[in-house]
Amino acid sequence: MSNAELIGQDPGWVIALKGLFIFAACVFLTIMSVWAERRIVARMQQRSGPNRVGKFGLLQALVDGVKLALKEDLIPKAADRIVFVLAPVISTTACFMAFAVIPLTGEVNFFGQRTVMQLTDISVGVLYVLAIASVGVYGIVLAGWSSGSTYPLLGGLRSSAQVISYEVAMGLSLVAVFIYAGSMSTSEIVAAQDKWWYAVILFPSFIIYTISMVGETNRAPFDLAEAEGELVGGFHTEYSSLKFALFFLSEYVNIIAVSALATTLFLGGYHALPGLGFTEQWLGGWFTLAWFFIKVLGFFFVFVWLRGTLPRLRYDQFMKFGWKVLIPFSLAWIMVVSTLRVMSQQQAPRVIIIAFIFSVAFIYIAITSLVDRQKVNLAKAAKVTNSIEPNFPVPTIPNTRAEQING
Amino acid sequence: MADELAPRSDDFGLAKAYQSKAPITNHESASFSKQLIGFWVTFKTMFKKVNTVQYPEVKEPTAERFHGRHQLNRHPDGLEKCIGCELCAWACPADAIYVEGADNKEGAQFSPGERYGKVYQINYLRCIFCGLCIEACPTRALTMTNEYELADSTRGKLIFEKDDLLGPLRAGMVPPPHPMYPNTDDGNYYRGEVTESHPSQGVAKND
Repeated sequence: MSNAELIGQDPGWVIALKGLFIFAACVFLTIMSVWAERRIVARMQQRSGPNRVGKFGLLQALVDGVKLALKEDLIPKAADRIVFVLAPVISTTACFMAFAVIPLTGEVNFFGQRTVMQLTDISVGVLYVLAIASVGVYGIVLAGWSSGSTYPLLGGLRSSAQVISYEVAMGLSLVAVFIYAGSMSTSEIVAAQDKWWYAVILFPSFIIYTISMVGETNRAPFDLAEAEGELVGGFHTEYSSLKFALFFLSEYVNIIAVSALATTLFLGGYHALPGLGFTEQWLGGWFTLAWFFIKVLGFFFVFVWLRGTLPRLRYDQFMKFGWKVLIPFSLAWIMVVSTLRVMSQQQAPRVIIIAFIFSVAFIYIAITSLVDRQKVNLAKAAKVTNSIEPNFPVPTIPNTRAEQING
Repeated sequence: MADELAPRSDDFGLAKAYQSKAPITNHESASFSKQLIGFWVTFKTMFKKVNTVQYPEVKEPTAERFHGRHQLNRHPDGLEKCIGCELCAWACPADAIYVEGADNKEGAQFSPGERYGKVYQINYLRCIFCGLCIEACPTRALTMTNEYELADSTRGKLIFEKDDLLGPLRAGMVPPPHPMYPNTDDGNYYRGEVTESHPSQGVAKND
């Protein structure tokens, strides 16, 4: 029986309980991931991180939440009150809703009912996730706009531009998955990966998705929307108390959500690691939940690792990277993938497929070497102009020196 | 010496750098594989020993000559070294010290010689721990300890009185006021010739 049919048989109480379970799991994961992030980043900087509240500081995030709740809830005079209050709510609900279509386990026994831990299975599940993620951007944009303040507005604009541009690359990277799985339903995509993960077959798509999911969640090194040094707190500068806590929550739920989607689409979802397939039957199928969360937490670690390692990108470099590298590259990749797919479906002879692959590789090498040559020429041209004495006064520095500095 | 006031003529060392022909910056960005080494650095660091000291539970000793809270010292027989001269107060750049001297009287001898510090206050909200007071003190009465935990909840509590600053009475010391060691003057005390208390000075503290 397929997931969709299994879910279709759920009585109302199972659906309600599953919703509650997924929500609770999200909140719990979020709270723990805040703690885990702070601990891991601390270790990467040879600090120990929060270790005061509870064993290993495990309750730190909980206590932070209580602290935030007890803070004064400020609404600036210039703010648009309704939108100001609504923005964090939109942001938070949107990222929770993405979890509805993620399959967390295989077939399990849920209080005597055969079902899967997936709230609903719609045939366009991944499109639904993308749509919901875009609704989440409204939260950020509206928060920035309704604050009635300059920095939040700049932060909100930045993040909307950022999320929109990276969502294009993200959507394009998913197209290859759709082509191979022949479906947009999350459960069917997982089922299609029982032999090979798409992270292996569609490695370039996987890389593009991983990069754009970091851009999509406004995380380091793409956290331009909340660049503390430039924009104070970015879009949530004017927020305090629980409203701020909601933004904080939504950021982390979002990280978990895109990681869960990446797990589902590229790492075989709840399936065990290759060679460990027998574990999927443990605990009556519930062990698949552990596999799912292990993969999600792996992605989460990558998020933290990126934050611990890379400095923030400059805004123009970031946009240039999104529009001029990621999007053209994924477009070309989709063309290659779809051609290959059609060839294998039409049972083209192996020679033609190999010839195609080689010709693509040849074109790629030709283009990159042409670009390289142009770069060298440009650098040469730049050198020539620089060797002329600058036509502006150079304070006390010898001209030869100025030339050296200018490159 | 006069050169120090003359404007620098070497463009902050640029001319020197030019002479040595050393490139200042490398404009080439490192190769992609080289940039990935950064990830290995952070990953490796996770397994290194943490540098943090768990402060309230673990206290690392300070540097030997760390400037901490002050202490007013005593002579070996228990008399105070402070003579109320106020030199510390005058030396203090932050105006943190207040001293009021008074005469030692027959039957109320606190320090060798004529004068003693009757009131001695250090305001730790003002003190910058520069140690100029210690340099100024002619009798080594004022020194600094290594104690650095000087936080409190009110301003009043951070003005330390003479009682708070006086060093403890050690074994063999007689709590002042008491007469000086028989047949000595303040010069003997100053030269360190008094090394213990005398039974005529009072009952010594035994430990």
